[in-house]
Amino acid sequence: MRNLFALLSGGLFGAGLFVSGMTDTRRVQGWLDVFGTWDPTLAFVMGGAIIPMFFAWRYTEGRNPALGGMFPPKPQAVIGRNLVLGSTLFGFGWGLAGLCPGPSIASLSFGGINGAIFVLAMGAGMWVAPSIKSRLDAAVPAV
Amino acid sequence: MQQEWIFGLAGGGLIGLAGAVYLLINGRIMGASGIIGGLVDRTAGAQTNERLAFVAGLFAVPAILALLFGNLQGEGPAQTYATSNLWAILGAGLLVGIGTRIANGCTSGHGVCGISRLSLRGMVATVFYIMAGGLSVVVFKHWLGVI
Repeated sequence: MRNLFALLSGGLFGAGLFVSGMTDTRRVQGWLDVFGTWDPTLAFVMGGAIIPMFFAWRYTEGRNPALGGMFPPKPQAVIGRNLVLGSTLFGFGWGLAGLCPGPSIASLSFGGINGAIFVLAMGAGMWVAPSIKSRLDAAVPAV
Repeated sequence: MQQEWIFGLAGGGLIGLAGAVYLLINGRIMGASGIIGGLVDRTAGAQTNERLAFVAGLFAVPAILALLFGNLQGEGPAQTYATSNLWAILGAGLLVGIGTRIANGCTSGHGVCGISRLSLRGMVATVFYIMAGGLSVVVFKHWLGVI
């Protein structure tokens, strides 16, 4: 059952990314490009996604997940070096290619060789990230 | 051209619905980088099959939609229109992989799931990756002209 609903959720996520145009790198870069021809689409996508999720989070209060277990606890509101540095590195890559993790998988079937290279490079980055993170934390302890 | 915001809003709604299913039924946060990253570095443990199923849906449904409808905006076959610059693609992939794992989230986890929970971490992460993304486009498109 867990796998079935995970498949459904992933499928809905992929459909949403495809329908909204977020698998088109021009639209993502167009939204980030405030000095070019600005494309507002991404703001509608974020808004459209955040509204149902807001109500989903409200619904979790005092309840448990349908398939058992607990809802993930809210992390402490710690704004540390890793959050800021990691998000900045991610943003540079996001602007450079116009792809983030979700759309890179969603567009893999029609993204050509470059789409596949992006996913492989992203996987390599995710693979080395834990050791980079622990070295950073050893050199300068994160807050 | 004028209907793009409707496609954006409708697609966004589907993304929110996907997040709500993963949260309310499976009890998990729908963060693409966390789901994929845990599979890559093998920290997913008991969640491995669940995450593989999620990634399978994420890959297969757009693949089917692209085969059936092409680009939904009526521009022929579905494409990403990504840069053909190999170094840009390689560098971007590495930065996205490393950055999202160090920050513990990306556009779906920190952005969609975090902001909707009124999480300060999600909001701060989103501000930083959007600012860096904007700066990246300025540098690589307008200044260096490589994309």
